[in-house]
Amino acid sequence: MDTNFVVGACLLLPVLGAFLVLILGSRPNVREAATLLTGGLTFWHVWGLLHHVREGARPRLELLEIVPGVQLAFEVEPLGLLFALVASFLWIVTTLYAIGYMRGHHEENQTRFFFFFAIAIAGALGVAFSANLFTLFAFYEVLTLCTFPLVTHHQTDEARKAGRVYLGILLTTSVAFQLLAIIWTWQLADTVDFTDGGILTGTASNGVLSAILVLFVFGVGKAAVMPFHRWLPAAMVAPTPVSALLHAVAVVKAGVFTVLKVAVYVFGIDLLGTLAATTWLAWVAAATIILGSLVAFQKDNLKARLAYSTISQLSYIVLGALLANEWGVIGGGMHIAMHAFGKITLFFAAGAVLVAAHEKDISRMHGLGRTMPITFGAFFVGSLSIIGLPPAGGSWSKWFLGMGTLEAGQVGLLAVLMLSSLLGLYYLLEVPVKAFFFRPPDGTDHDKGIKEAPLPSLIAIGITALATVGFFFWPDLWYELMTMVISGVAQ
Amino acid sequence: MNQHLPVLLVVVPLVAAPIAALLNRPRLSWAVAVAATLWALYAALELLSQTMATGAIHYELGGWTAPYGIEYVVDAANAWVVVIVALIGALVTPYARKSVEQEITEDRIPLFYAAFILCLTGLLGIAVTGDVFNVFVFLEISSLSAYALIALGNDRRALTASFQYLIMGSVGATFIVIGIGLMYVMTGTLNMADLADRLPEVASSRTIPVAFTFLTVGITLKLALFPLHLWLPNAYTYAPSAVTAFIASTATKVAVYLLLRFFFTIFGATFSFDVMQLDRILMPLALIAIVTMSLVAIYQENVKRLLAYSSVAQIGYMVLGISFASVLGLTAGILHLFNHALMKGALFMSMGCIMYRVGSVRLEQMNGLGRAMPWTMAAFVVGGLSLIGVPLTVGFVSKWYLVQAALEQGMWPVAGVVLLGSLLALMYVWKVVEVAYFREVDPELGISEAPLSLLAPTWVLVLGNLYFGINASDGVGVATRAAEMLLGIL
Repeated sequence: MDTNFVVGACLLLPVLGAFLVLILGSRPNVREAATLLTGGLTFWHVWGLLHHVREGARPRLELLEIVPGVQLAFEVEPLGLLFALVASFLWIVTTLYAIGYMRGHHEENQTRFFFFFAIAIAGALGVAFSANLFTLFAFYEVLTLCTFPLVTHHQTDEARKAGRVYLGILLTTSVAFQLLAIIWTWQLADTVDFTDGGILTGTASNGVLSAILVLFVFGVGKAAVMPFHRWLPAAMVAPTPVSALLHAVAVVKAGVFTVLKVAVYVFGIDLLGTLAATTWLAWVAAATIILGSLVAFQKDNLKARLAYSTISQLSYIVLGALLANEWGVIGGGMHIAMHAFGKITLFFAAGAVLVAAHEKDISRMHGLGRTMPITFGAFFVGSLSIIGLPPAGGSWSKWFLGMGTLEAGQVGLLAVLMLSSLLGLYYLLEVPVKAFFFRPPDGTDHDKGIKEAPLPSLIAIGITALATVGFFFWPDLWYELMTMVISGVAQ
Repeated sequence: MNQHLPVLLVVVPLVAAPIAALLNRPRLSWAVAVAATLWALYAALELLSQTMATGAIHYELGGWTAPYGIEYVVDAANAWVVVIVALIGALVTPYARKSVEQEITEDRIPLFYAAFILCLTGLLGIAVTGDVFNVFVFLEISSLSAYALIALGNDRRALTASFQYLIMGSVGATFIVIGIGLMYVMTGTLNMADLADRLPEVASSRTIPVAFTFLTVGITLKLALFPLHLWLPNAYTYAPSAVTAFIASTATKVAVYLLLRFFFTIFGATFSFDVMQLDRILMPLALIAIVTMSLVAIYQENVKRLLAYSSVAQIGYMVLGISFASVLGLTAGILHLFNHALMKGALFMSMGCIMYRVGSVRLEQMNGLGRAMPWTMAAFVVGGLSLIGVPLTVGFVSKWYLVQAALEQGMWPVAGVVLLGSLLALMYVWKVVEVAYFREVDPELGISEAPLSLLAPTWVLVLGNLYFGINASDGVGVATRAAEMLLGIL
C-alpha cells in the first residue's frame, strides 16, 4: 500500500470514527463497536508504518501550502511513530475501559464524549506525524480545544472553573511563548521543518537561541514544567477515561513529545549542549520532578496524587531532552512509552475503584484490595513501572536517563532522579499496600456488594498491566526506535 | 459589456435602490436587493479575475480622458476589497429577509432594502474609483444610507446611536473633503494617479501637510481608530442584526482601504512615513486600541456590544500592520482586513440568529443556547476561535504575519501586544461560550434552532474562516502583491 495513503488513513480514521459515533449516537452498542473498530484500524495502519520506518523510510504526506513556504505536512520519523504507536494502541484499550466505566458510572452525554475522544486522538496523531513546527502547533491547539469538552464533561460549576484553568494555561503558554518561538525560528532559519541535526545551528547568538529554547520549554504548557503545571490537576475533574488517556498519554505526551522533537530536530542535541539556558532549564525540570513528587505525597485524593506524579514524571522526559546527549534522548523517548503504559494502568485502577466502590480518597481504600485484587494488583505493577523498579518497563527508561545524567557530568541530577524514585516508592506503593494489608477504618462501611469493576474495564486494566511487565523483558521496539532517532541525528 | 464592468458594478445597484423603494412590497424589494447584490458579486469576481490575469483595469467614465474626467481603477489593492464587500452583501441579503421581517415594521422594509442597496453602492464606489472627489461622494452615499439603516433598529436607542454616528461621521467626511480641497488647491487635480505625480512638487509647502492631517483624522474617524471610535459600539449594538453584520464587515474595511490608498498611492510611503512620521501616531494608537478595547469587551453584557468593542480592537491590528510600512506589515494589515470581515460577519450573523429566536443578545438571555441552538452557537465558537487566532482559522494567518512583521523590525514588545490581544480575545469569547454551554436553558422559552435562511449564510462565512485559514496561500499571495504595489516595489 502507498505509504502516503497510510499516513493519511492514520489521521483520517479517528475523524471518520468520530462522525460514525455521532451518527450512531442513539445505539450505544453499535456506537462503541464503531469506536473500537476505528481504533483497531487506526492502530493497524500505524503499525503498518513501522515496517517502512525500520527500513529507514520516512513516509511523507504533504497536504497543501498554508502560507507561502509553510506546508501542512506530515512525516513519519521514529520518535513520532513511537508516540503514535503508544497513543493509537492505548486508544483501543481506553475505549474498552470507557465502555465499562461510562456505563457503570452512569455518565451522561456519552455520544459527545466518544466523539471528542476520537477527535482528540486525531489531534494527537497529527502532532506525532507533523513534519514541521507549524503543523505541530496547529494540531497541538486542536488537541487543546477538542479536549476542553472532555475535561468539562460534567458541565458543573467546578468543571467550568477547571476548564478555565485548563484552557487558560494551555492557550496562554502556547500563544504567548510557543508561537513566538516558532515565528522567531522561522525568521532565523527560514524554515520550520523538522530536520536531522536541527535547523538553528549558526543562525543567531547563543543568547538569542537560549531565549528561544526557554520560550519553547515553557511554551509547551502540555509538558507541565513548573510553574505552568496547574492545568493538569485541574483537568482531573474529567471522567477517569479522559484522565487516563489524555492526561497520562495523549495530551501530556504530546507536550513532552514536542519538547523532545524540538530538542532533536529544531535545535539538534549538539547545539543544545552548547546553549547557556540548557543547564538551568534542566534544573527547572529537576525541581519540577522533586516538587511534583512532594505535592503528590500530600494528596489523599487518588486522582490528584496521580496528577502530581504525572507532572513529576513528565519532567523526566523534559530533563532527558535537556541533557543534550544520546542517552538522555533515548531515555526520554522510552519514558514516553513506559510512563504511558504505567500511568494509564494507575488511572484505570483509580477509576475502577471509583466505579465499583465509589471511593476517591486513599485513606478510605484500606482493605479494598481483598475485594478488588485484580485492580490493586494492576496498580502495584503500574507503580513499579513509574518508580522504575524491575520487573516493569519503567526501569529501562530510568536507567537510560540515569546514564544520560552521568554522560552530561551532572551527578546532582542523578541524585534528583534517585530521590524522586524513593518518594515515588512511598506515595505510589502506599495505595496497594494499604488496600491489601490494612483493615478498613471504623466507620467506612465497605458493604458486601463491592465487586471488581465491570468486565470491559477489567480487561483493559489487565492488558496495560501485562504490557507494563512485558516491556521489561521486551523493550526492544522502543529502544530500536529511539536509536534510530539518534542515528538519524548522527548522520 | 465586459469593458464596462467597473462602472456597471456601481451603476446597477445605484439604479436598483430606487426601484426597490418604488416597488414598495417587502418581498419584491427584497428580490431586487438579491438581484443587485448577486450582480455586484458577479461583477466583483469577474473584475478580480481580469485584474489577476491582465493587471490593473482603467475605465474612463463617459469617455473623458483620465486627469480631466473621472477614472475608475481596479488593481491588486482594491479588487479584493470589492469582492469582500460584494460577497458580504450577497450573503447578508438572503439572510436579511427573515431577520428584517421580524425586526423592522413592514411598511419600512422596502425603504430598508433601498437604503441597504445604496449603502452597498457607496462602499463599492469608494473601492473602485480613482478620483478623490468621487471618493467623497460615495462616502456620503454609504454613510447617509448607513445612518438610516442603523436608525431602523427596533430599540429606541438606535435613534441616538444613529444620530451620534451622523455627527461623528459628518465631521469625518468634512475633514476628508477639506483635505481633498486643499490638495486640489495646490495641484489642480482630483485624479489619484495625477495627484501622486504632482504632490511631490508641492509637498514642502505648509498646505499639503495640513491636507494630510485633515485626511488622516477624517479617515481614522471613519474607520473607528481609537480614540475616534466612540460612534461605533452604539451603532453596532442597536442597528438591526443584518445591518450590523453588513456594516461591521464592510464599512470599516473600506475605510481602511481608503487609508491605504491615500497614504501609499497618493501621498506615497516616503512622504507619509518618513516626512510626516505617520507611524509614530498610528502605532501607539493601534496598540492602545488592541489592549484597552479588548479589555472593555471583556466587561460587556450585551454580546453585540462586546463584538463591537472587539471590532475596534481588531481595527487596531489592521492599522498596526499598516504602521509598519513594510511589505510584511502591509500584507498582515490587508490580510486582516479580509479575515476580520469573514470572522465578524460570521459572529454578527450568529448573533442575528439568536436575536431572531430569543429576541435579545444579552448574556443572561443566552443560557444554555449551546444545546438549544447548536448550529448557531457552533458558528459562534468557530468565529470566536478565528478571532482569537487559533491555527487553521483565518485569524491565525493574520497573527502569523503581524508577529513576523513586528519581529522583522525587532519590535519585541509589539509582537507581545499582538499575542496578548489574542489572549484577551480568548477571555471575551469564552465568556459567551461558558454561558451558552455551562448553564441550563429555560425549557419554558421553547427556543429552537434558527431557520435555514439565517443559518446557511452564517455557515458560508464560518466555512470561509476555516477554508482560508487552511489554504491561505492564495490570499497571502494577493495581499503581498497589493502590499508591494502600494509600497511601489512592483
